[in-house]
Amino acid sequence: MKSFLKIVLFCVLVFGGFVGFANFGIPQVKPAPPPTEEKLDLGNMTMDQFIALGDKIFNGKGTCTLCHNNVGKRAPMLDGAAEEAVANNAPLRLKDPRYKGKATTPEEYIRESMKEPSAFVVATFGSDGDTKSPMPNVTTGSIGMSEAEVDAVIAFLQNKAGVEVTVKIPVGAPPSAEGGEAAPAAPAKTPEEVIAKFGCGACHKIGKEEGALGPDLTHIGKSKNEAYLRRGILDPEAEIAKNCPGAPCSPGMMPADFGAKMTGSELEMLVQYLVKSK
Amino acid sequence: MSFFSGFKRLTCLTLLLSVLFAGGFSFTSIPVFAKIANAEEAVKSEGTTTEAVKEGEKKAEYPPAPKLTAADYPQIGGFNPRVLVWIVAQLHLWFAAFVLAVPIFVLIIEAIGMATKDQRYDDMAYEFIKVSMAAYSITAIMGGLLTFTLLVFYPDLFKYMSSLFSRSMLAYAFLFFAESASLYVYYYGWHWLEGGFRKWVHLTIGLVLNFVGTVLMLLANAWVTFSMSPNGVDPATGAFLGSEWDVIHNFLWNPLNLHRVIANIAYGGSIIGAYAAYKFLSSSLKEEKAHYDWMGYTANVIAVAGLLPLPFAGYWLTAEIYAYSQQMGITLMGGAFAWLFIMQAVLIGALFLSVNYYLWCGMGRSEGSIRYTKYIKWIAAAIVGCFLVWFTPHTLVLTNQELKALGGPYHKYLGPLGIMPAKNTAVNIMIILTFLSFTLYRRANKIATVSWAAAGSAVQAAIFTGAIGNIIWLGVYHGYFTNTAYKVAASIPQVLSTLVVIVATLIIDSMMFKGAKDVGPLQWGKIPDRSQYALFTLAVSFTWLMGLMGYVRSGIRQHWHVNSIMRDNSLQAYTPTIGYAAQIVTTAAVIFMAIVIFVFWLSNISAKKSAAH
Repeated sequence: MKSFLKIVLFCVLVFGGFVGFANFGIPQVKPAPPPTEEKLDLGNMTMDQFIALGDKIFNGKGTCTLCHNNVGKRAPMLDGAAEEAVANNAPLRLKDPRYKGKATTPEEYIRESMKEPSAFVVATFGSDGDTKSPMPNVTTGSIGMSEAEVDAVIAFLQNKAGVEVTVKIPVGAPPSAEGGEAAPAAPAKTPEEVIAKFGCGACHKIGKEEGALGPDLTHIGKSKNEAYLRRGILDPEAEIAKNCPGAPCSPGMMPADFGAKMTGSELEMLVQYLVKSK
Repeated sequence: MSFFSGFKRLTCLTLLLSVLFAGGFSFTSIPVFAKIANAEEAVKSEGTTTEAVKEGEKKAEYPPAPKLTAADYPQIGGFNPRVLVWIVAQLHLWFAAFVLAVPIFVLIIEAIGMATKDQRYDDMAYEFIKVSMAAYSITAIMGGLLTFTLLVFYPDLFKYMSSLFSRSMLAYAFLFFAESASLYVYYYGWHWLEGGFRKWVHLTIGLVLNFVGTVLMLLANAWVTFSMSPNGVDPATGAFLGSEWDVIHNFLWNPLNLHRVIANIAYGGSIIGAYAAYKFLSSSLKEEKAHYDWMGYTANVIAVAGLLPLPFAGYWLTAEIYAYSQQMGITLMGGAFAWLFIMQAVLIGALFLSVNYYLWCGMGRSEGSIRYTKYIKWIAAAIVGCFLVWFTPHTLVLTNQELKALGGPYHKYLGPLGIMPAKNTAVNIMIILTFLSFTLYRRANKIATVSWAAAGSAVQAAIFTGAIGNIIWLGVYHGYFTNTAYKVAASIPQVLSTLVVIVATLIIDSMMFKGAKDVGPLQWGKIPDRSQYALFTLAVSFTWLMGLMGYVRSGIRQHWHVNSIMRDNSLQAYTPTIGYAAQIVTTAAVIFMAIVIFVFWLSNISAKKSAAH
């Protein structure tokens, strides 16, 4: 019996060591939650917001940075220095004898490379003699980007490369890859739903959203009162904030029609949420 | 035993009925019959159709994968369905791995006993299979429970999967009966089928048992790998395309098959080793201690035989995951699960150190081992060094201040040790050194009598040194001074170097120690008690490691029941953290170990009763 208890104790200690190390010895990386279908109000979006949406998809739902990063070097950089940026390289690749696609413009090339990645494989990044790309078609499978989302990423990449943004904001595009006719949105019931419904996270860091174009609203309640925040939503041009990430905020970036679009309860929910964001 | 037999029959019936009724069973729901029926229809209709039309019709024959909402997942009581299914599936897998592995090496040991006419091998093989008998019943119970929980909590997923795998699930149910029958005949007929031709019959039954068991595992593996790398279905809708073989023969099926066969052998050896260690520590009689020491040693050899090639099989599986989907591969190794491989390094380090420690302790059985004990400290230091390289992370989690102070997320000197070429180098050297420990153990009690013994030893030393040098050179040069493609390619010659060492040493040893003199009789039982805890560490670490790697294998699908085909929209679709997964794995492992101890206790009672009679 003594041996038996010693064995049990030993096994428990070994298990304890493993579970302890797994919980306290290594960092607890919380994987991103499953992506949700966002309702895109494309008709009321400015180009800056559309580019910001592309940035968000590029670094989030699109999972582009999983491979297109400087760490693993498993795929060419797309949004890095000018010589690496795909929007700058596209004209050269269209003339490359290895190019097998049908695109004629850089914009078409980037779109094609997202849907048919093997049309042109950057040297050393493919298999079968650089004829086959390991990249999936981003509009299908687990990524499942909509046409509008693909366009937003193209706009982001063109903007990042410093070339002219040629892509147009789609009008009347289906809200997601799942398709379906857009019905009038039901009133939001929680502040999080308001944020999602009006796409605040495309520009602002707020709640779980990581927008990086407008001011960070994570702790806005610390420095701004209720009246300021309400005015900021209803009349954003009344006072332009100074603390946009990386640069001063520009006039005209924030849509001025939220007063017409939000219901009274949605506006109040959002204001109270921001006031409490300390 | 009758209690378990009755339970097993009930479980078999449940499993069979579950499979049959899950998809609203009718013969035309089985694809082969549906195909025949459709073919007959096609013959009746006039004219020929183009390939495109045929393809379109084929797609229309089968429904798409269901698109679920959270409401489609039944909520029963306060159960967390994912945790429940996770624990039950893990328990089923552990027991299944054990009961599938044991007959493989029992057959081999029985055959060795027959060839050498050494009754001890036959007795030990019988004792091994006896331990697995009660575990077999529990495997069946867990299998039934898993089917039941899937049906209750994930009915649409089960229905979709059973619509694709209807024939193989049916075959699985029948094969389960065949396996039960062959196992019972093999076990209960052991003493009846002794000697001469009867022994051949017994071995043949053992072969049938292993064949059926392996096919069972391959079928179940296909269900698992289909969910990772679906094949044979329309990639856009998930609709079945008509060939069940295509669904089974999906991209990751064979890599997983190989990995599981090897891992099962190593795992089965480790569990039997723990059983022998338990018996060794509980025995007070010298003869009993000698017997269980020998049994523990044999089990450890089996575990090592599986453990040495296991990293290569794991590497192939991972490479194939990358080849199938780079996105999935990077999620596995460079994304959310990257830190899990540091945890894995700790576990594999524990496995290798346990195995080696046990071998070093075992050298005390022979007076001749004194010639080699001076090398042990160097081997131990080198293995710990390899373990530390494997343990070194690539990127560090740092605060902004730390990041600035360090100049980046990588440590200047230790950062390069975090990438795969360094880890491949470390694991190959660790395997070679473990094999060296095994080689020293084997020759500890022998004195070679051939004239070229000194030259033979020198050649072996040169092979070991050359291979280690080659592995380090390949790792450093190709890992740090060439581009990404060669980093991966260099791992193959590294593995080949390791295999050359193992094969060449075994060949030279077999020739060099032919007719060798023994230093003295091997003193079985003369081993410190602490060595037996190395066997427990082996079993416990293996169990935990399997649970952890099961989490990551399943987790890389992220929020998909079937990758890119059928989305998981349940409330538990998010990927849990490693810490949370570790808690679930530990809970399951404690339940498993408690049941294993119960099984050991049962076989003890049975042995005592037999002895009393």
